Amino acid sequence: MNAKRQNKVAIGTLYGIAGLVVLILLALLGYILVSGVPQLSWHFLTAPAKAFTKGGGVGIQLFNSFYLLILAMLISFPIALGSAIYLYEYAKDNWVTNTVRTAIEILSSLPSVVVGLFGFLFFVVKLNMGFSILSGAFALTFFNLPLLTRSIEDSLRTIDPQQREGGLALGLSRWETITRVILPAAVPSILTGFILSAGRVFGEAAALIYTAGQSAPALNFADWNPFNISSPLNPMRPAETLAVHIWKINSEGIMPDAKAISSGASAVLVIAILLFNLAARYLGKRLYKRLTSA
Amino acid sequence: MFMSSDVQRRTAMQERHVTQPHEAGHPIVLATEDLHVYYGSKEAIFEGDLQFAQNQITALIGPSGSGKSTYLRSLNRMNDRIATVKGRIMYRGVDINQPDIDVYEMRRRVGMVFQRPNPFAKSIYDNIAFALRLRGVTAKTKLDEIVETSLRQAALWEQVKDDLDKSALALSGGQAQRLCIARAIAVKPDILLLDEPASALDPVSTSQLEDTLLKLKQHYTIIIVTHNMQQAARISEYTAFFNQGRVLEYDTTSQIFTNPQVQVTSDYVSGNFG
Amino acid sequence: MTKSPEQLEHELKRRSKAAKLEIWGRVVSFTALIIIAAVVVAIIGFVASKGLATFTTNHVNLWSFLSGKDWNPSITDAHGKPEVGALSMIVGSFLITILSALVATPFAIGTAVFMNEISPGKGAKILQPVTELLVGIPSVVYGFIGLSVIVPFTRATFGGSGFGILSGTCVLFVMILPTVTSMSADALRAVPRYYREASLALGATQWQTIYKVVLRAATPGLMTAVVFGMARAFGEALAVQMVVGNAALMPHSLVDPAATLTSVLTTGIGNTVMGSLQNNALWSLALVLLVMSLVFNLIIRLIGRKGRLQ
Repeated sequence: MNAKRQNKVAIGTLYGIAGLVVLILLALLGYILVSGVPQLSWHFLTAPAKAFTKGGGVGIQLFNSFYLLILAMLISFPIALGSAIYLYEYAKDNWVTNTVRTAIEILSSLPSVVVGLFGFLFFVVKLNMGFSILSGAFALTFFNLPLLTRSIEDSLRTIDPQQREGGLALGLSRWETITRVILPAAVPSILTGFILSAGRVFGEAAALIYTAGQSAPALNFADWNPFNISSPLNPMRPAETLAVHIWKINSEGIMPDAKAISSGASAVLVIAILLFNLAARYLGKRLYKRLTSA
Repeated sequence: MFMSSDVQRRTAMQERHVTQPHEAGHPIVLATEDLHVYYGSKEAIFEGDLQFAQNQITALIGPSGSGKSTYLRSLNRMNDRIATVKGRIMYRGVDINQPDIDVYEMRRRVGMVFQRPNPFAKSIYDNIAFALRLRGVTAKTKLDEIVETSLRQAALWEQVKDDLDKSALALSGGQAQRLCIARAIAVKPDILLLDEPASALDPVSTSQLEDTLLKLKQHYTIIIVTHNMQQAARISEYTAFFNQGRVLEYDTTSQIFTNPQVQVTSDYVSGNFG
Repeated sequence: MTKSPEQLEHELKRRSKAAKLEIWGRVVSFTALIIIAAVVVAIIGFVASKGLATFTTNHVNLWSFLSGKDWNPSITDAHGKPEVGALSMIVGSFLITILSALVATPFAIGTAVFMNEISPGKGAKILQPVTELLVGIPSVVYGFIGLSVIVPFTRATFGGSGFGILSGTCVLFVMILPTVTSMSADALRAVPRYYREASLALGATQWQTIYKVVLRAATPGLMTAVVFGMARAFGEALAVQMVVGNAALMPHSLVDPAATLTSVLTTGIGNTVMGSLQNNALWSLALVLLVMSLVFNLIIRLIGRKGRLQ
């Protein structure tokens, strides 16, 4: 076979592979949306789940997902921000820095089930926090920290080093330069990374089944005192999230309309991730424009 | 046996020739004594001994890699993290190269403007006001006043007075560089270090910048690194010629350009270098 | 107006607000970093101490744990030893990881080549956002689709229950495909443009250029992408657990129910008593997972180092 013919065959094959992959990916998305969207209704999104009869919703799970997401991001963002600042702005190239970098890499490659099991061992059992939102939020934090740290560090890297020198030359400390000059300039890209990592946290289940638990006790949405057991804000109550719910009803096989509920819940998850993605792109671009426009 | 006149002249020339400004009776604001700069084990500046006269412009010239920028950046210790600076940097009688000197207070007094304009991603107003706010100046009228005088001194006020809220990143190169000068003088420094401030600018902006510097010297002592010999000749009173990490010649600018005492300087200023 | 040098020296040596903030900033940011490092140490420490208890407290032989085929921690065998052979799950995990990586690699690299070399305009414009979106889809969603589409399909085609290694492989293939594709595309993008131009200028066809120049130059990056995908497949818990059948038996065919380390862990941990042998044996499985993830990490580092040396 001569080179030209070989070239044609190879390129054709590549077209075929790419086409097939597009087909698989679109079929996947299509399946989720086509089977899931018809399930969506106000009732579905707000009603509590029913374990043994048809017609339950995912209201509590949806609320739990968002509550856990907010808590986890609230805990992980300052830690990730501080670490990224230290790593990029202060750390010298020595063995301490290298060791910590390796540790962060290890954490990012740990299976989320291992992170969840550690959360179970440490928070649920050892600190006696039980299956609770707080235990879950810590597990999600550990799961989220390495990626968020890396994404913030990448954002800092995009800012011209000349900006740092500008701040230092005015008699500002490095810390003032970072917090007042570099961070504001990096906000668009930090925000993009933040939202994308929020999407990952939102859909995580393996780290949660043994930390936030697999049950969703009834909530009283009129009671916002976090110290009451039925208050939605109580951080010590067990809280099954949407992703965990999908896993649980499918592995138990008790719920009669498990398939319909899972389809709907999957569609909600995927649409939420889609919105996170779009929001990340849109907000990042917009903020950047505002920062640079005349 | 006799030598040709050219060779005679050559042998008559000195290896090194330094006339410090105090010999002419100028008050000295900044001086380096026995200054050595090392990058790791590599020595970048060997014995830089220069004095800088108050309210004058001193130009540092020399080929690329001659150490003039390294020297300049050592003066307000911008090189602290990347290089080792040994020797004394005497600022009005105080050695500011001591470890217990507060570098932030020192840099407020010895400001710096860089090669590439580096306005912050903030409004024009905030670029100037923000360092003041951090140092406790919060009264709006006071800030307004400083922003205006700084911009006027940097010859930018007329062009931007209606756009103070707009992003500084939208300014042209020349305007951005003058904003950086305004930003540097807003914190009321004593000395202004400029590291090739015009190298990224077009000829028109460059000449505007030079006019600005000539006016600024009434208020500040200016030390400028430049590649452009005409620029040094136009604006400075004193010129130091750097080569391979050493100051080979230091004198009044007119001496350096019309009657250099060192062969290498002579070759460099007449464009026969290399 | 002019101050004495003594007065000036005093002013310059007074600790400024900036200097105080600097120390504060260093301490705060370093503390954050230490928190992460401490978390990593704690995770490894806790899981290792629990996982080793099987061998230290319960005196199970490490070799019989790794090579034993019978997993039944609540029953003791003829010699009075508990049956904690993890081989079937280790084999299940490796089988499913290697198979899914084998299938995903050509698709992922082919797609990345297509995006980057053949149709960098239109093709990339469609594929890029789709892969990025799919990287973010939660694994339970993959598991659910596996359960409702792939398992019934396998059941109809090969008979049996439909649960097993094959279904798990299919789910993981789709799951790691976007990740490996987008990392491979990054690796190809890092190959300098002039490599291609030089090759094309020498008269090579586009395919020869791709095969002999671009893919060669990007090999370390592509290998990293594949190993990364394998690490993800090996550690994936719920998606696999939902379709693999969770029978801790040595897999004899791809369509019989089997188990992986993660699937046994997720189903088992909640049904055993803390501190019991049954529970400790599960923690030993978690330790194997942890060690494997360190191994994958090490491989990625070695590839990176070798890539830099070239």
